[in-house]
Amino acid sequence: MKSPTPPDRRDTPPSAPASPKNRAKKPVALKTRKKPTVKKKKGSGKSGGLRPSAPIVPPQTVAGRALALVVAIMSLLACLTVGAVTLVWDAADDWQNDLVREITIQIRPIDGVDMLREIDKAIALTLEFPGIESVQALSDDETRSLLQPWLGEGLELDALPVPRLIQVSVSDPGLLNIQDLRISLEEQVAGASLDDHSVWTSRLSAMAGAVVLVGFGILTLVLGSMVLSVVFATQAAMAGNKDVVSVLHFVGAEDSFIAREFQRHFLVLGLKGGITGGLVAVICFVCIGLLTRNSAGYAGADQFTALFGSISVSIPGYVGVVAVVALVAFLTSITSRWAVKAHLRKVD
Amino acid sequence: MIRFENVGLRYGMGQEILRDLSFEIEPQSFQFLTGPSGAGKTSLIRLLFMSLRPTRGLIRVFGRDLSIIDKKELPELRRKIGVVFQDFRLLDHLTTYENVALPLRVLGKEEAEYRSDVIELLQWVGLGERMHVFPPVLSGGEKQRAAIARALITRPEVLLADEPTGNVDPPLARRLLRLFTELNKLGTSVVIATHDMSLLEQFNARQLVLEDGRMTVYD
Repeated sequence: MKSPTPPDRRDTPPSAPASPKNRAKKPVALKTRKKPTVKKKKGSGKSGGLRPSAPIVPPQTVAGRALALVVAIMSLLACLTVGAVTLVWDAADDWQNDLVREITIQIRPIDGVDMLREIDKAIALTLEFPGIESVQALSDDETRSLLQPWLGEGLELDALPVPRLIQVSVSDPGLLNIQDLRISLEEQVAGASLDDHSVWTSRLSAMAGAVVLVGFGILTLVLGSMVLSVVFATQAAMAGNKDVVSVLHFVGAEDSFIAREFQRHFLVLGLKGGITGGLVAVICFVCIGLLTRNSAGYAGADQFTALFGSISVSIPGYVGVVAVVALVAFLTSITSRWAVKAHLRKVD
Repeated sequence: MIRFENVGLRYGMGQEILRDLSFEIEPQSFQFLTGPSGAGKTSLIRLLFMSLRPTRGLIRVFGRDLSIIDKKELPELRRKIGVVFQDFRLLDHLTTYENVALPLRVLGKEEAEYRSDVIELLQWVGLGERMHVFPPVLSGGEKQRAAIARALITRPEVLLADEPTGNVDPPLARRLLRLFTELNKLGTSVVIATHDMSLLEQFNARQLVLEDGRMTVYD
């Protein structure tokens, strides 16, 4: 193993004469000399025991750890918001689907008109329309049991002008033209009217839209707070690393290089925080799903399930979590780059 | 290479600390910048290195007038000038090797391209065995040599050294000076700021003497 020669015994620099000509060719003209023997560390590889180049911006600082925690919390809140929005959206979608797949035809009794004939006519007419799965008129017994809570037992349907209902199941709401069906029924069947629950579906749609809008609002606020935190943290990091910035300046680093180094530092930090927050959110989703499944039978849980269906975040919710993590990392990195460049402009 | 014409410098609204400086750093020249403590040597080094702008006068660096130069061109000019600061300014979280390789990383070079160059330079300055060590555990002399190696790694055309012998014992100071003279023989212009008169006596070189903000040049 060749030991290094201290300058007192070896004052000749390891380079060819530095005429401007050869200076332009190589930063350090060492190529003519014998390749140096480097003492390898135990277990070292081809790099002569050198570790992979460390990041220029020191990775572990108190401010950095605090920011990672802030980013993790913000990501968790953003992911939970996304999860809640998808949950409500899915529930509203289910309600809407159920309502859209069922319509009701009502035949009002009219003097001199045979109601049973009108019911048959309405059924035949409805079945001609595409997208219809089944059409079934409520029997006398079904109608009686429907009215029993209000009118009591032993009701004589013929004695009262009770409208009769026809239940229509829709197989494909996209194929069925409800407006055409309504017009046909009103024109061809005496006393017929169609109820397609459009009032309910439009209200549900408006509610789901409002929930999504509120969710986006919360998401924007959370991400906005995170961006501001990153701006302050970047300024703190710049102040804490002013020696690094100064050294980089005097070794000839351009502002874009310095900004890139800080951006890389904050990208890693944002990814760490984002992934941590996202993972915690996913664990929360799984736990809530398990809890609601295990608490089936309890009054509160049943009420909740009746309202929202099964409380489990769907695939779009998990995709949303991944998107939030990516967005958080992207925002952290872009914000820090912008803040560093602004700081460097001020310094100069 | 670097030319000063009637340059003055003041900090804020204070009085001028450098007045009417006119001199030139010639290619392949060797000079001491000297004067009593507080005479403005470090400020002059900072002017030479373009980290300060003069309050008046003209500075031309490699033929470019600094008063009209675009800020984006400064890094390119700075890469032609190596600086050794009195306080070394090594980055504590990087090893000696990584500190010395820093200017090459800044140039965007891959580690495989410069590894052997850096190792050989470290061996030349006697830090071959200390390349994995972090600056806080290096001695003053070792830090000084690491700082010099970092300044030399890109083969600058001018080397500015601020009190390079201020933290080392006299024998090491002499060795470092021999190193600077060898570099000068290889073509690098060297400016050494020092207030150590014994060094000036040992080496017969051009002297730029600062006193009360004014400069006297002894060729």
